[in-house]
Amino acid sequence: MGFDQYHEPPEELPPATRTFARLCASLTEEAEAIGWYEQRLAVETDPEAAAVMRDAIGEEYKHFSMDLEFLLRRSPTWREIAQGVLFKTGDIVEHGEEAEAEAGGENGGDYSEDGSGSLGIGSLRGATR
Amino acid sequence: MSNHLLRSHAPISDHNWQTLDDEARDRLGVALAARKMVDFSGPHGWSHSATNLGRIDAVGSAPCKGVTALQRRVLALVEVRADFAISRSELRDDDRGAADTDLESLDTAAHQIAVAENRAVFHGWPEASVTGIAEASPHQGLQLGNEPGGYPRPVASAVELLLRSGVAGPYALALGNEQYKRVVETAENGGYPLLEHLRKIVQGDLIWAPGVDGAVVVSMRGGDFLFESGQDLSIGYLDHDADVVRFYLEQSFSFHVATPEAAVPLKA
Repeated sequence: MGFDQYHEPPEELPPATRTFARLCASLTEEAEAIGWYEQRLAVETDPEAAAVMRDAIGEEYKHFSMDLEFLLRRSPTWREIAQGVLFKTGDIVEHGEEAEAEAGGENGGDYSEDGSGSLGIGSLRGATR
Repeated sequence: MSNHLLRSHAPISDHNWQTLDDEARDRLGVALAARKMVDFSGPHGWSHSATNLGRIDAVGSAPCKGVTALQRRVLALVEVRADFAISRSELRDDDRGAADTDLESLDTAAHQIAVAENRAVFHGWPEASVTGIAEASPHQGLQLGNEPGGYPRPVASAVELLLRSGVAGPYALALGNEQYKRVVETAENGGYPLLEHLRKIVQGDLIWAPGVDGAVVVSMRGGDFLFESGQDLSIGYLDHDADVVRFYLEQSFSFHVATPEAAVPLKA
């Protein structure tokens, strides 16, 4: 186990970005687990084992959803695009293109990391002076 | 997409925004002492207005017979803002690549808003319903004194008080402007830096805390002091004329003390 979720030197990253990266890594792991359980269920012939795995994949759905919701709360632009895509009927790609165009137009002069206009300072625990 | 900061309305370039944000971030990161010592929740956004305290007040009467009522108690967030103005010619020079853009007005605003946050957290702000760490502490009466050589004794007493109250470490020591300066420039007998001696006593860091009167020893175990951020520190656009663009630094927050005995103030 290393610190693979960091693409940049962790000590140079603000705490909020480190937390965001951890949840991104967690989201990836949950998605992988869902994929694995789908494969196992597809080949499992023992109904009792399949029932256990169906219960387990439900946990992964929950974890994935919680991770995603956390990340969307911290990233308004991502949230805005997701709102244009998720839980809709119709053409997924079309919805995606439209949502991206709407979110990516005028950004309000906001070049902050999370789209809120904030300087992204957050907690400074661990920083000393 | 635009929000209440109205950043897209400012007549400045992307590069200018980057310069202003970077400068503010640098200045604030040094001076925001409270955030180095207390728990931070959020940011919950500009529309977040109150902190849930989990407490209730009785409601004296009910609208009709047969019902009773209780009212939730919340801590309203306070909006804090510091205005500043930047010369448009300086901003144009910034676009040309000037490395010495005059941002003094921003620096002053950043320092002021950091001091306001530090003072609110450590000494309270009654008009904004904020009780500070130092005033909430039941451990009153310790004096730091004027001689930095005498600081180790009251700091050690403060740590001992915390231990006796069952408050675990590690601890940190927030020092006001003058006290920090004295500590940094003082070496004890034998040349051992006072800074290092105090670090060993608190088993933690010494933190420069502009706005703090004297010093405060604080437990860093967590869960004792809660800072809730609505909109975290941000730069917004106010207005402009031919010569200057006016901006403001702003944030909304609440603060409350969950464990008053987890800190010891040391009066100057």
